[in-house]
Amino acid sequence: MRHLLSAADLSRDEAVQILDTAAQMAATQSREIKKLPTLRGRTVINLFFEDSTRTRISFETAAKRLSADVINFSAKGSSVSKGESLKDTALTLAAMGADAVVIRHQSSGAPHTLAHAGWTGCAVVNAGDGTHQHPTQALLDAYTLRRHLAGPGDVAGRDLAGLHVAIVGDVLHSRVARSNVQLLTTLGARVTLVAPPTLVPVGVHTWPCEVSYHLDDVLAGGPDAVMMLRVQRERMAGGGGGFFPSPLEYTRGYGLDARRVATLPEHAIVMHPGPMNRGLEISADAADGPRAVIVEQVANGVAVRMAVLYLLLAGGGATRPTSPDDETRIPA
Amino acid sequence: MSVRYLLRGAAPLGDEPTDVLLADGVVSALGADAAQAADDEDVVVLDATGLVLLPGLVDLHTHLREPGREDAETVRSGTRAAALGGYTAVHAMANTSPVADTAGVVEQVWRLGRDAGWVDVHPVGAVTVGLAGERLAELAAMADSAARVRVFSDDGKCVDDPVVMRRALEYVKAFDGVVAQHAQEPRLTENAQMHEGVVSAELGLAGWPAVAEEAIIARDCLLAEHVGSRLHVLHVSTAGSVEIVRWAKSRGIDVTAEATPHHLGLTDDEARGYDPLFKVNPPLRTAADVEALRAGLADGTIDTVGTDHAPHSREDKDCEWAAAAFGMTGLETALSVVQATMVDTGRMTWADVARVMSVTPARIGRVADQGRPIAVGEPANLVLVDPRARRVVEPRRASQSENNPFRGRELPGRVVATFLRGRATVLDGRSVDATTEEV
Repeated sequence: MRHLLSAADLSRDEAVQILDTAAQMAATQSREIKKLPTLRGRTVINLFFEDSTRTRISFETAAKRLSADVINFSAKGSSVSKGESLKDTALTLAAMGADAVVIRHQSSGAPHTLAHAGWTGCAVVNAGDGTHQHPTQALLDAYTLRRHLAGPGDVAGRDLAGLHVAIVGDVLHSRVARSNVQLLTTLGARVTLVAPPTLVPVGVHTWPCEVSYHLDDVLAGGPDAVMMLRVQRERMAGGGGGFFPSPLEYTRGYGLDARRVATLPEHAIVMHPGPMNRGLEISADAADGPRAVIVEQVANGVAVRMAVLYLLLAGGGATRPTSPDDETRIPA
Repeated sequence: MSVRYLLRGAAPLGDEPTDVLLADGVVSALGADAAQAADDEDVVVLDATGLVLLPGLVDLHTHLREPGREDAETVRSGTRAAALGGYTAVHAMANTSPVADTAGVVEQVWRLGRDAGWVDVHPVGAVTVGLAGERLAELAAMADSAARVRVFSDDGKCVDDPVVMRRALEYVKAFDGVVAQHAQEPRLTENAQMHEGVVSAELGLAGWPAVAEEAIIARDCLLAEHVGSRLHVLHVSTAGSVEIVRWAKSRGIDVTAEATPHHLGLTDDEARGYDPLFKVNPPLRTAADVEALRAGLADGTIDTVGTDHAPHSREDKDCEWAAAAFGMTGLETALSVVQATMVDTGRMTWADVARVMSVTPARIGRVADQGRPIAVGEPANLVLVDPRARRVVEPRRASQSENNPFRGRELPGRVVATFLRGRATVLDGRSVDATTEEV
């Protein structure tokens, strides 16, 4: 694994290896001294062209816990058409000797271009591009699902075979949904997308999942997890707008509230990638209730991103297991 | 007196080889009459054995970018590229800066073309002032100017207001003009980046649905029928559009339609690498659409192949997809793409190629001296093609821009020579400067 650009790039074994590595990373994070020397002397640049507090902090924390030097480069507002181009930014970062670039960009495909245009030799991690992909979000979601639902016992080496996950909401604008459909099905789970027809992309019939317009019907089927998507009002101005008549009507049809949570199987968990529109796609009762693992998703995000940075920069390839005498190995 | 050319053993329209003598700007003799001139001192003899002779190609859809974006293309560089591609006439689209919406601008472009001398340049006039789609430009003034404009288009933008489109269709009848429509319903394509379908869903790029093109074409066909005008539909890209045009023709509506080489040769799968080289408007469509276009071109539903040659500077393409400009160059590869997709596949003859790339475009544009038969006395606007040659497409030759989507690919066919009124603009595959060629 040279870059992490899309969940579609990961095989089942590679994905499981990342989850297993993340579990080892997570184990180190319960210690008093959380910092590992693994990436000492390496430089990771967080290149964020789009607002994101939680993802940037998560990557920053992950890199720092691995002792990497972290540079945050917030290019928000430096619009590509008016300010510095992505190419010049990339050349600048390469000149500074970065080992990895974590990029978030409003344009779908920008990380792909950064990785393949020949502008830089850095490892590129996609931290969310437009409405395309957000692979580390899918990995942390898979990690969270596996921890809760793949048991009993040690889940290391396991995938998500047999689990049924409902992904609910603004699928059209969601890179989280695209990444999760690919990764969760790679790991053996069954995925059902639930959304009003206006928020389902044309072409979805080729995706390896089912699509429903009726949340209550899907919940009645007893999914093991319900993943709520954020209604991305900031992206809805494009494409003509008017995707649903009113927030109230959306909430009635597709919002997760206490009543709907109560219909879930006992073991089912409620997820949300954040930031949440409380009262729109998820009620406070559902978000803060005992089924919700939303805060845990954030914590797992750090472990998963540690694993990704480790495997990209120190692991020498995701398919090669770390040997016990590797000086950069994770302390047991 | 200018040089005379004797083309020995050329195959007019791919038929039986013969000798063709070009003199005084016309085809002066054919067959044995032409062969007699072989030993004359002023005759340059070209061995055209195995070569196909076609009327010089006529493009109804070229962006020469001048005035305004001379960094991407000039009239001189673009028309030199056209000659290398086998063209003897191009229609220069109006979306320049300033927009070609006045007699002054179209005359400027026309003069630049005449001074460059590579091909005849026929400026296209904007339909509406500033391409804004709101009120008609002074169409009659452009028609009456030295540029004698007959084709009017807001290409790059759609004349989406139905009343403005109706008025334009009616108004140009006074001077036998035609409105060439860029069919794109604007509300359905806000921020659109590529064809809406399986690939856009996966790539997360905002979709440009086929219906946004088809709805406008259907409306315009009905408008043309209602007011009894002729309509030309630019860059038809979807199977549904082909069906609508076929239906309109069956009703007797005076509509003609164009396909571009890139829509005949490429699909939306090209977007998977996020290389903006493949970003174009209308977007590359699906394999089924490509097949429908080829079938439509073969059966006459699609009348012409127009290049939509759209040069862009490197900085407008060397960036992420959403920030990149729409468009591809095509003048230097159009004939090869048509050969690869239509001739080598057995769907069209060389006579058909002459029809869709020269005869019909000239007729639609009301260009009297182009797209003529290869016969004694006819203007010597001709191109000699070697159909057996194969070549790897260079990013650029004469064009100032390098955004050719076929670059690096191998294509069949090579333009060996191009003649503009008997003067060689291309010889042995290389352009011949007018200032050095004249004796």
